Amino acid sequence: MVNFTQITVKDIAKEVKDNCLLGIPADYSGVPMSVTIEIIKNKTKGLRLYCLPLTTIQGDMLIGSGCVNEIETAAVTLGEYGQAPRFQDAIENSKINIKDSTCPALHAQLQATEKSVPFMPLRGILGSDLYKNRNDWSVIDNPMNNSNTNDEKIVILPAVQLDILIFHASKADINGNVQIGRRRELATLAHASKKVYVTVEEIVNEDFFDSELKAAATLPSLYIDGISLAKNGAWPCGLTDYYDIDTNEMSKYAKAAKYQETFDEYMKDFISQNNYSNI
Amino acid sequence: MTEIFQSEIIISEISNLLKDDKHVAIGAASPIPGSAALLAQEERKNTNLKLQVTILHSQKFNNFTDGSRELFDASAQGRIDTFFLGGVQIDGEANINLVGTGRYPKLDKRFSGSFGSALMYFVVPKIILFREEHTPRTLVKKVDFISAPGISPPNIYRPGGPKYLITNKALFSFNKKKKNFKIEKINPEFTLDEVIKSTGFEFKTNKNLKYFTMPSQKRIDILRNLIAPKVLNFYPQFAKKIWFN
Repeated sequence: MVNFTQITVKDIAKEVKDNCLLGIPADYSGVPMSVTIEIIKNKTKGLRLYCLPLTTIQGDMLIGSGCVNEIETAAVTLGEYGQAPRFQDAIENSKINIKDSTCPALHAQLQATEKSVPFMPLRGILGSDLYKNRNDWSVIDNPMNNSNTNDEKIVILPAVQLDILIFHASKADINGNVQIGRRRELATLAHASKKVYVTVEEIVNEDFFDSELKAAATLPSLYIDGISLAKNGAWPCGLTDYYDIDTNEMSKYAKAAKYQETFDEYMKDFISQNNYSNI
Repeated sequence: MTEIFQSEIIISEISNLLKDDKHVAIGAASPIPGSAALLAQEERKNTNLKLQVTILHSQKFNNFTDGSRELFDASAQGRIDTFFLGGVQIDGEANINLVGTGRYPKLDKRFSGSFGSALMYFVVPKIILFREEHTPRTLVKKVDFISAPGISPPNIYRPGGPKYLITNKALFSFNKKKKNFKIEKINPEFTLDEVIKSTGFEFKTNKNLKYFTMPSQKRIDILRNLIAPKVLNFYPQFAKKIWFN
């Protein structure tokens, strides 16, 4: 028996409202594919994706399915499987708005929210076309006299708070604490989000806070609004210690996503297959 | 001598560039730099100058435990000596473009995005630009979009920047003061004239131009027997193509 109310993948997908700012974890930190498919089935519209710091098949599928209005990211790519075709098509044909960023800026904007300060400074960036195209970023003279660079100019980035974050993880304990291992960027995302939902491979009969080692790898339940079981919930992406990326499926997707028509067929098949249990 | 693949020659050349480093980090989609760093680490394992290699896309070879921001924090503090960056386009002043070709934002051809380049290029002392394809479409006079600039004015904090550019045809060094590349080594399969023709920007020629060094049999054995199985773990597609087909 667990001491929290388990919800379903469908319940989580319903929390993703049209036009919300949705936190997207990178390919290595637990991609919530089972929920992503439900979001697509719900025909959710106008999503604004905030990637920390990039997205792969999850973002590409959401874009190809017409769920996305805007994306803030450092990259969209299928990694070893090539470029992200639906993303490329959407940009080349102005179907979505893009806020091109760089990995440390995406981290820093959330870190500002974690600390509840209005902005965060970050070095680099100046002289790039990223900066020129971001009217929400600004530059100041370093107000502290603590730099070896004379009259140092430095970029400041606004605090960003997410409406909702969804990620997939290996385990929850009986009290709704979630194991994130060393994927600490999930904690950054969670701290900076109004709502946090997690799908897990399994719920284990213990409390992670009984072990200092496990507690250090835990996102505490105080940041979590709901947990659902979803076996293979990251598939075809991988999940550390559980399963590797499915190379056949990724290759199949990369090929199908090249054209909208073949992507649509692929998605129809994908949805009809019911790949995830415990929905 | 066994047949040596082009990729192995480039891995060997890159490995030579890492000789004084203490910590090399490898980012996304970088199987050749990753193999080179692990090779350098293996060859130095019984010396006093150990090499730390952090491969972000690996579980075992990722030394960080504080999430994906740790690479950028560590780099900003000067804890990483060498990092690799690529580009859809690289120009003669070492500006790099990872975003796409055409007029931004409605590009003719969109690529993945800038990743961490807009900070890493400023703070890591030795940035090695690596782009296998050496053609006038990759090495251009001026990039269509600057993901990160090659040089910065003095009022920008910039301890780092480009030091080398390596392609399948040549190795160049970058001179920050003169804002230009100089050719250092050439792949013996190409002539200097061919390299000039396939480079969209002007570069400084070199009286002491050398050829890419062929890796020794000992190095090839290390690469194939000890490094290839490691690479298979985190860049499976690449490793299968080169070593396990």
